[in-house]
Amino acid sequence: MTTTSSVTPGTAWHKTSGSMRLGFKTMIGRAYPRLISAIREPDWIFYEIALPLLRVTAFVLVYKALKAPPEYAGFVILGGAMMAFWLNVLWMMAAQLHWERLSGNLELYLMAPASMLWILAGMAFGGIFITLLRAAVIVVIGSLIFGISYAITSMPELVLIFVLTLVALYGLGSMLASLYLLYNREVWAIQEMIQEPVALITGFYFPVRALGGYAGGVASLIPLTLGLDAMRQLLFPHGWPSFLPVGWEIAILMVLVVVFLVGAAKSFAFIERRARGEGRLTLKWQ
Amino acid sequence: MPIEKAHEVPAVQTIDLRRVYKSGSSSHKGIAAAIPHKKSIIALDGVSLTIEHGELFGLLGRNGAGKTTLIKVLTTLLSPTSGKAFVNGMDVTRDVVPIRKHIAMVSGGEQSGYGILTVREQLWMFAQFYGVPSREAHRRIDELLAAVDLTDQANQKVYALSTGMRQRINLCRALVTDPQILFLDEPTVGLDVEAARAVREYVRFWMRQKPGRTVLLTTHYMFEADELCDRVAVINHGQIIAQGTTNELKRNLEEHVRFQIELGEVAVKSPGDSLREDGGLEAERTPAFVELLRATDGVIDVHTETRKGRTELQLALSREELIATTMATLNEAGGRVLTLRRIEPTLEEAFVQLVGKAAGDEEDEHVEEAHP
Repeated sequence: MTTTSSVTPGTAWHKTSGSMRLGFKTMIGRAYPRLISAIREPDWIFYEIALPLLRVTAFVLVYKALKAPPEYAGFVILGGAMMAFWLNVLWMMAAQLHWERLSGNLELYLMAPASMLWILAGMAFGGIFITLLRAAVIVVIGSLIFGISYAITSMPELVLIFVLTLVALYGLGSMLASLYLLYNREVWAIQEMIQEPVALITGFYFPVRALGGYAGGVASLIPLTLGLDAMRQLLFPHGWPSFLPVGWEIAILMVLVVVFLVGAAKSFAFIERRARGEGRLTLKWQ
Repeated sequence: MPIEKAHEVPAVQTIDLRRVYKSGSSSHKGIAAAIPHKKSIIALDGVSLTIEHGELFGLLGRNGAGKTTLIKVLTTLLSPTSGKAFVNGMDVTRDVVPIRKHIAMVSGGEQSGYGILTVREQLWMFAQFYGVPSREAHRRIDELLAAVDLTDQANQKVYALSTGMRQRINLCRALVTDPQILFLDEPTVGLDVEAARAVREYVRFWMRQKPGRTVLLTTHYMFEADELCDRVAVINHGQIIAQGTTNELKRNLEEHVRFQIELGEVAVKSPGDSLREDGGLEAERTPAFVELLRATDGVIDVHTETRKGRTELQLALSREELIATTMATLNEAGGRVLTLRRIEPTLEEAFVQLVGKAAGDEEDEHVEEAHP
């Protein structure tokens, strides 16, 4: 029996579908080590779940001591869960290409025919999977320990906001990753420098409205700020002092998704070109 | 590019290729421009090379000669400062993605991949980056692991492998994507004798498997180049100072043709009549034919050494065909020839002479003063 393909070889569609297929394979290939390491190195469960839970617990106890409404414990637990994504983006996305360069993987990734963005997508995919697990465990255990109940007003909106937040956040991570190709030993210092301030201004453990309009507006450039605020509004409809209405926050998150994804693609193309010109892509020790 | 079309153009071609690193470069262009006499390092200085499909081409040079820079340019990891470089007829600055589909690279001491993966998983991962279907990838992995004698390690974690095993896996990693052109950057550096031999043997086997496969090998090991390469080029301070087959390189250096002749017991002149000027292991009595040989037109030098009744004669002749006359002279003088061997210079001798000569000529030229 002869089968015919509706896709003619050599056409633009054929080329596009071919490069998409290659891209997806590249993404799955790069995600694989992250997924498999979650199984093979289970000690991350302690470091990435038990230790963050202690931090969340500390904030919950402060709120309890201040006799804050019971929802506040839920705010903190959700913040703690989303904090995992920020750390993942910072250390396993933004800084990852720096480590890959040191190990010699970066030049092999660059030599591969698929766009480097697919490699970054693979890192994100693998990172999201294990971080989602970590976040879910924090939410479940934290909620059980502190007796938190949730009143979800709109599940589709909640899922949409969560997805938009993650896509924008990992887009930001990809953009940072490309910028870090121009830096070497400074990467560690930069990471340390931005980790805590961002954790502060995005309102992981308090309402971002407390920062005021201007500071909150600047903080909104980090997708977690509005994502977290919107999710808290949907999960705790009566107790959360919101920064912006949910609809606005969804719209802004959509813009951020486009800005960060396009920004990542553009900045990576620019920086790769520049780094190839300067010979920075392959220098391992500086 | 399909292989048939690709073969119409050279596998690799560089034309007057130049790569200059500005010290403290990169983001500090403005500063570099503002400081007069800023030093620039010329890594490649007008390199012109052509490597045909099916060739195993060696690039020899000292540390810092420009070998790795050339490979980085050809593998699209580094842009040339000026000049042109083509891989399969495609421009390394314009056709980056199409080139990447057809090439692979293995570097010496490479630690790529992830230690937590098994050997099979690691090879599969890299195959995915080139879109190789999983089933086909596993078939190739089985074949490659068998070929490099690592089938038993297929399910072993990469971090548990020895250096030699890792390098063989690196080779498999490059070959699992079935590249047309393979770049090997000092692939046997740091390996023990057996591991290095295994790598070399497999490279040769891989070349034989499919006509048109091309390898560009950089190495410090002259015997490796001599053993593997169809042609070699010597690079020094970013310039190609010689290229050709290894035999051509060796012969180009020879001013004379050298032979070693072993003789049985021979007639001798009177005692104490020493003709040698350099002393050493001088025979007590010098064979009569030595003077005859020295008087022969075209014989440049004669050196004898006698041990246990046998005389070893080393001759330097101006032309190869003079060996017939020399043999006739020996016969007439009563010399009984046991063995005759032409002495070839080694590639190492050729390399040292070439690079030494070039170093003398170009010592001050490799650091260029950048204009303010």
